[in-house]
Amino acid sequence: MNDSELRFDTINLGHGSGGMMTRELLDKLIFKTFNNSFINQKHDGSIVKFAGKIAISTDSFVISPIFFKGGNIGELAVNGTVNDVAMCGAIPKYLSLAFIIEEGLKMEEFQTIVNSIKEAADKSGVLIITGDTKVVERGKGDKIFINTTGFGEVHPKANITTDRIMYGDKIIVNGYIAQHGMAIMSDREGLAFESNIVSDTTNVNFLVKDLLDTFGDKIHFFRDPTRGGVASVLSEIATDINKGIAIFEDDFPIEKQVAAACEILGLDPLYVANEGVFITIVDAEIAEEVVALMRKDEKGKNSVCIGEITNEHPSKVVMHSVIGGKRIVSALIGEQLPRIC
Amino acid sequence: MKYLSEYRNLEDTKKYLKLIEKIVTKPWNIMEICGGQTHGLVKNGILELLPDKVRMIHGPGCPVCVTPLNLIDKAIELLENNVIVCSFGDMIRVPGSKKSLLEAKAEGGDLRILYSPIEAVNIAKENPDKEVVFFAVGFETTAPANALSVLHAEHEGLKNYSILVSHVLVPPAMEAILDDEFCKIDAFLGAGHVCAIMGFEEYYPLAKKYKIPIIITGFEPLDLVQGIYMAVCQLEKGIFEVENQYARVVKPEGNKAAKEVINKVFEIGNREWRGIGEISNSGYQLKKNYINFDAETKFGIRNINVPENSDCIAGEVLRGIKKPHQCSQFGKKCTPYNPLGAPMVSSEGACAAYYHFSTNLIKS
Repeated sequence: MNDSELRFDTINLGHGSGGMMTRELLDKLIFKTFNNSFINQKHDGSIVKFAGKIAISTDSFVISPIFFKGGNIGELAVNGTVNDVAMCGAIPKYLSLAFIIEEGLKMEEFQTIVNSIKEAADKSGVLIITGDTKVVERGKGDKIFINTTGFGEVHPKANITTDRIMYGDKIIVNGYIAQHGMAIMSDREGLAFESNIVSDTTNVNFLVKDLLDTFGDKIHFFRDPTRGGVASVLSEIATDINKGIAIFEDDFPIEKQVAAACEILGLDPLYVANEGVFITIVDAEIAEEVVALMRKDEKGKNSVCIGEITNEHPSKVVMHSVIGGKRIVSALIGEQLPRIC
Repeated sequence: MKYLSEYRNLEDTKKYLKLIEKIVTKPWNIMEICGGQTHGLVKNGILELLPDKVRMIHGPGCPVCVTPLNLIDKAIELLENNVIVCSFGDMIRVPGSKKSLLEAKAEGGDLRILYSPIEAVNIAKENPDKEVVFFAVGFETTAPANALSVLHAEHEGLKNYSILVSHVLVPPAMEAILDDEFCKIDAFLGAGHVCAIMGFEEYYPLAKKYKIPIIITGFEPLDLVQGIYMAVCQLEKGIFEVENQYARVVKPEGNKAAKEVINKVFEIGNREWRGIGEISNSGYQLKKNYINFDAETKFGIRNINVPENSDCIAGEVLRGIKKPHQCSQFGKKCTPYNPLGAPMVSSEGACAAYYHFSTNLIKS
């Protein structure tokens, strides 16, 4: 056996003991993969330096299945937190990484996840600088849970808060919605439907940086509509700012196959989760330029303006339907439940 | 022919809205039977585009809404006794007398949310040491698949599969609504998908007896406004016929194969409707030779009975006597977040539809 190879085919309780087995897992997989001057200190934490304001965001990833069309829980854990930091108007720099693994997870699967994390971190330009690995007994977890915390430097031109959202501001989305949630749905057991829908999980931090470099504080707000979808995020914003939001059904970017899958399952794409989508709310006078800039980027090529902030119906989101009717769009209550017929 | 996009066409929909406006002279109350139609009317904002004289009343055709409280308690009883209970999604948040299926799941019950009852048969096959029950709710639309699951289980020789039946039928409900002394309904939009299975021949005697137009209608915006237009045409002319707006899907005789499967497994019997009470010959029950697949018989839970929540006026809403926002609890004690009754849970339920649509945009 090669000395650099891991000796076990599955993760067992020993890998979380803090002893020799943990050390072997860290040395042969974690440190070897992430290999940077911070993590190589092999200390309990890392010391980093920032010039100015810092944005911090944390998120836990508990998705099932852990491998799905278009990605796995590893890259999701990086992209999700990287994007959350970016949504604060910051440039993500560092991530912490903590695993809670259920004993019995195949080592090969764990390696794949760790490699995906490394790849996603490289793509986003962030370093994994500290972490933790725990193993729980079989039945006390769901294969693997990952927590990441992201640290980013706030962009010098950024001023992102809900207070800055004004009447007349335009709401722009960077691409097709509902892809991630429907990809997960189609991979979930018990749902006998097949599709080629792939998750949209990706990092959007460079596109966000471009927008801030170019338009500065005329960009008033960013938000990524992950769980609860676009509807829940807009609904929360409308309540927070006590202003109305008007959105237009005709303008919503939805890929045909996703729309069809939603129809079949009786789900509203507005409430379905996204992972590579963000919403930006911008000064009306730059809206067209913003869309034009975003469309030049691979991650914004389907960007479109979907609505605006209005002084009508304060704190409510109103959807203007294709046929000219209106309806209130409220936040998701619990999980979105498929209808009977 | 495109079956969806053509029926979401803005110009055609507007054309029919204008036609309705042009011909309507008196106020009319039109009930859309099916919850899917209520959903379509609300989702597309059609209610506020209709002339004031045309008032839509939301019918009882939401399967979740009419399933009686005691059936939910029965399903929970099964969950708490180590039975795997399988259900359609929107049933799980409906409150029973003490809790919902979702809460029973959180307490340790093995609840599975499925799209097809056939999946439940597979679960029974994979878990031979456990009992598996499918919560068979719905109208005539879901009956064929539920019946088929029983035939599949029989074919597989499964002894651990049964169904908790709460199937209801549309025509007896329409008749019960029309017989009510407070009934204010002038015309019906018939439930398109129910008729896709059953056909619409049984509606002719209804239209004749009660002198009421019945338009079998689809679910897209253009379907709905076209159906409403056809109803208003008849009402203004003083005629009462059965017409088929949804001819691209519905045949007069329905789906013969589906009806055969239903008739093989089910027979017509009395059924309790949530908020309405028992209506004779208004539902399906398993035939004697399939009684081994009847969960109520198998687990001896037929006698579980609980009173409805007295604060909830779901019965009056389902019969079209009151609008959801006329309920004193609407939006206060009763919200989709904390529903007192089923119509506030399902997206097809009239109360939830009104709640999401918001009171300030509703015609009173």
